Amino acid sequence: MTDSRPVLTMTGISKSFPGVRALHNVDFRLFPGEVHALMGENGAGKSTLIKVLTGVYGIDEGTITLGEEQVAFNGPMQASAAGVSTVYQEVNLCPNLSVAENIFIGREPRRFGAVRWGEVRRRARQLLARLDLDIDVTAPVASYSLAVQQMVAIARAIDVQARVLILDEPTSSLDAGEVEQLFRIMRQLRDEGIAILFVTHFLDQVYGMADRITVLRNGTLVGEYPTAELPQLALVEKMIGKELDVLEGIEEHSRRDLAALEGGTPFMEVSQLGRKGAVAPFSLTIHAGEVVGLAGLLGSGRTEVARLFFGADRADRGEVAVSGKPGGLRNPVQAIERGIGFCSENRRAEGIIPDLTVRENMILAMQASRGWLRPIPRRRQDELVEQYIKALSIRPANPDVPVRNLSGGNQQKVLLARWLITEPRLLILDEPTRGIDVGAKAEIQKLVVQLSDGGMAVLFISAELEEVLRLSHKVAVMRDREMVAQLNNDDTVNADRVMQTIASGSQREEADK
Amino acid sequence: MTTTSLTTGPSWARLPRRHVPVLVTLALLLVMYGIGVSQYRAFSNIQVIFNVFIDNGFLLVVAVGMTFVILTGGIDLSVGSVVAMTAMVSAWLLQSGLPALVVLVIALLIGPTLGFLMGCAIHFFDLQPFIVTLAGMFFARGMCTFISDASIPITDGFWTTMSQYRIGDPRGNFVSISVLIAFAVVLVAAYVLSYTRLGRNVYAIGGNPQSALLMGLPVARTRIAVYTISGLCSAIGGILLSFYTLSGAPLIAVGMELDVIAAVVIGGTVLTGGSGYIFGTVLGVLVLGVIQTLITFDGSLNSWWTKIVIGGLLFAFILFQRLIGIRYK
Amino acid sequence: MNNAKDRYRTILGHRLFWPVAVLVVMLLANTIYRPGFLSIEVNNGHLYGTPIDILRLSAPLILVALGMTLVISTGGIDLSVGSTCAISGAIACLYISQAPDQNNLVTVFTALAMALGVALVLGAWNGVLVSVIGIQPIIATLILMVAGRGLAQLVAEGQIITINSGPFRAIGLGHFLTLPLAIFIALGAALLVAALTRRTALGMIVESVGGNREASRLAGIRSARIVFLVYVVSAACAAVAGFMMTANVSSADGNNTGLWVELDAILAVVIGGTSLAGGRFYLSGSILGALIIQTLTTTVYAMNISPQTALLFKAVVVIAVCLIQAPAFRAKFRRRGRGTPPPATPSPQQQKQEVPA
Repeated sequence: MTDSRPVLTMTGISKSFPGVRALHNVDFRLFPGEVHALMGENGAGKSTLIKVLTGVYGIDEGTITLGEEQVAFNGPMQASAAGVSTVYQEVNLCPNLSVAENIFIGREPRRFGAVRWGEVRRRARQLLARLDLDIDVTAPVASYSLAVQQMVAIARAIDVQARVLILDEPTSSLDAGEVEQLFRIMRQLRDEGIAILFVTHFLDQVYGMADRITVLRNGTLVGEYPTAELPQLALVEKMIGKELDVLEGIEEHSRRDLAALEGGTPFMEVSQLGRKGAVAPFSLTIHAGEVVGLAGLLGSGRTEVARLFFGADRADRGEVAVSGKPGGLRNPVQAIERGIGFCSENRRAEGIIPDLTVRENMILAMQASRGWLRPIPRRRQDELVEQYIKALSIRPANPDVPVRNLSGGNQQKVLLARWLITEPRLLILDEPTRGIDVGAKAEIQKLVVQLSDGGMAVLFISAELEEVLRLSHKVAVMRDREMVAQLNNDDTVNADRVMQTIASGSQREEADK
Repeated sequence: MTTTSLTTGPSWARLPRRHVPVLVTLALLLVMYGIGVSQYRAFSNIQVIFNVFIDNGFLLVVAVGMTFVILTGGIDLSVGSVVAMTAMVSAWLLQSGLPALVVLVIALLIGPTLGFLMGCAIHFFDLQPFIVTLAGMFFARGMCTFISDASIPITDGFWTTMSQYRIGDPRGNFVSISVLIAFAVVLVAAYVLSYTRLGRNVYAIGGNPQSALLMGLPVARTRIAVYTISGLCSAIGGILLSFYTLSGAPLIAVGMELDVIAAVVIGGTVLTGGSGYIFGTVLGVLVLGVIQTLITFDGSLNSWWTKIVIGGLLFAFILFQRLIGIRYK
Repeated sequence: MNNAKDRYRTILGHRLFWPVAVLVVMLLANTIYRPGFLSIEVNNGHLYGTPIDILRLSAPLILVALGMTLVISTGGIDLSVGSTCAISGAIACLYISQAPDQNNLVTVFTALAMALGVALVLGAWNGVLVSVIGIQPIIATLILMVAGRGLAQLVAEGQIITINSGPFRAIGLGHFLTLPLAIFIALGAALLVAALTRRTALGMIVESVGGNREASRLAGIRSARIVFLVYVVSAACAAVAGFMMTANVSSADGNNTGLWVELDAILAVVIGGTSLAGGRFYLSGSILGALIIQTLTTTVYAMNISPQTALLFKAVVVIAVCLIQAPAFRAKFRRRGRGTPPPATPSPQQQKQEVPA
């Protein structure tokens, strides 16, 4: 299968942005009829490599050869015309246009310059039938689920005589059934001789689908391996390098006695809390000093649970009691008054205020709870900001730079500081370690342990099971917008068991209370 | 596999939604016309409708151009001034003795050129359409008085013919040539929007500019094109206005951009872009025209009620669009 | 050497550098053209001269620009301020014109209070549309921009209301401590807004809401209230500006009072360095912007050019200032070195390929 000549060869690719070397001397090969996984941590250079290939960015050094020709695309349109099509993680379609039009826009069949709508619809139906999708192609794309939109995007990508199909984290918002459907299509396309470049964070999917793996780390090539010859552990090591040790150091802190914590009064109890269309009713209790982990795939309802806990969305049923006192959480202001803090997973859209300085971003929540008429005195601001810049080792240690100039990890720390300054009794952390470098990740994990040792309750959400298991006293497992199990994190619990729970949705694992 | 569960609801419940605003505008128009007919006998005369078209032909043409811009999510404040500038330049050139055809060509080139430059500024320098077209508005209005402080009459034979020629039936009902030109512009625009790549790209950019770029659509070209088209429509509107008034006046069409935007919005085009039809814009212009006619017929109502009613309608329609949730972003 | 270069760069990079430079250049050009431009003389115990006139005439624009700055900072825009000026002016004049004694201070203050009250209601209307119903600001305020002119004419019944009230006239033309009263009113309003925003945490919270509304909400800020508030403040500023405009001519004209002041105010704010996208706001920049616009108008008058033609110059200034402040333009200019202007229509591909160079 892979003994033919590569359809795509990238040699010695380098690409720099102001202040950042995104790719350095990277080689990459893609053979016809293979699924090739491109692996690496966030910031390893995967998306830069894809964007360089499709001509979104120019390259500084190196060559790209497609078939026999050396190419340098100047944009996605040219790339797809040459047979290199991309489907992005966030579905890039026009929500207001119909399904058929989204597939064909830019290359509609025309007669005398006029779009032949009948032909567009007919061919769209044909193409979707090839993907086993029977939907109304005249309906706007916005009226379909993300999964269907993803399929439509793939249909668009393969309509041109694609030789190379790039799938950039296509599965991150799909449920298991949808992923299976996608895989079936991928296999079919592979068997038709299309070369598929597949980027994903899910290791299982890599081992389920990929024929070969290329690993990047910090913008450099680690190596190219046949999947069968690279065990999972080795892959993880290659992706995160030696810093793995840093993370493992934390292991010892965890697995503390949950019983001791549960003796005290619970800080927050919710029962049958739910919101239509977001998450099915669930009950959960968090004690002071307890770390509750929320495990589950993206889109399983993890974030929705966190938002209900914070009043960011209003629950439409169920009861909440904080410190034994009942009462609804109707908005974030009420939650903050009761000592709850919330770091959103979406740092850019729901976390930082990019224009404002580090200082202002840090004191924002505290200032908000004091009201605008009582500004925090400058001296107090300086004390707080200095204290947390030091405690969280935020770089640069200058409180007066706009927070947008900081790296992702440091922005995350600023957000943590924003909530720590309010001295919350429950801190909700939604994916606090996503998209930041390994060092910062380890620091944040250590911080969570310290905080809970100090008596703070933490609701910890992460896509990485290992991380959840390392930090939590109790793990609540989400699946299909439902809380399917609560596991006490004792010796019997490991990643496999949680994975099984996620996969089977078993109710039997309910914690014995 | 589970293909059936992936669709959302039956198609009859979903399809009309895009057309609801236009239908509501149509209903409103019919109701207003009904009120007019029931209250004033002369209102049922077919010439009343023709007059609405004759009086608002230039507005219709400009609104068509604005529809393109608003569909991409932009806005063009310069239209009123460009209309005035075109009329002014035509009057001035005719006065200085240039032949009508040459004047026509020059006048029709100025608007699109300004539109093209504004489009470039908006796209390449990432400036806000609001500010750039505001500058364009100032520039065009300034050019008007730069040419002349006073109104310049037009006596050219071609212009007077176009102004006075009546196309009518034996009973005396008639329309002007301007109305036919306006209709032609409407038909061409409707065709362009639904049957050409340019038109579809306009919708795509309004729907999600980021996606449009990644889908490989020519975003730059399209964006510049819509401002050029709006400039061209304003230029045609200016010519029609000069047919109508047979003069170029420096302060004519002040504030026209507001009427135009109001007409487009009342016609069901969403100001965030991506949704709307030329047909809706025609209805929007008619609604404005009929309001004016109603107030004229009434006689006891003062002219300022026009503005208040238009404001009220704007409010009602925006609220309505919000309620039925036409906002994809 | 290096130090001097750094300092040069800091000054060049200061956000107020370009507005100040433009203002200074305009004043210089005027002085060269007409050497008496900057001279100020004392007459009747009052100061007279072109600079004083510029200050006095820019007072209404400064007021409107102050409110507009806050609105724009939240990522909004208020197109209705011109109409608000007209309505408040018309109401004040109507009340005074119907009073038996137009010079009675109580009458004048009642008139002002009434008009201000109505303006606050109009501001609240805008605020509700934007913050509660969630309509795009540009459209929400467009409604009042269109309908407000009609309302102003409705109040005045289509007439121009002329009044003869000394105290009311003083708002526009009176003097205090040798200087026009209008200057003090504008200055007072500027100080008040500055104190309100910078002495409290309101300024930061407004910027926070403008920078990222959802993030602000999740940080516990009642974003909707803040957004509501800025439209009310904007309407209040517009009302006072409306008093000044009508007091200047002792009459209220529903059609023309404050016509296009919203555009000038938006310009002033943008020239002052506040981004139309929201976020950081600069009150001092907006005031400078208003002064620039008034200086331009005065200059054009002094050169005997018709005020309409002045719009040509305004267009040039607007585009120049916007381009100077546009990051995209700066980046292009810097890359190409000094002197060579960028081509009219570089393709995005070209730009991209030049990045690595």
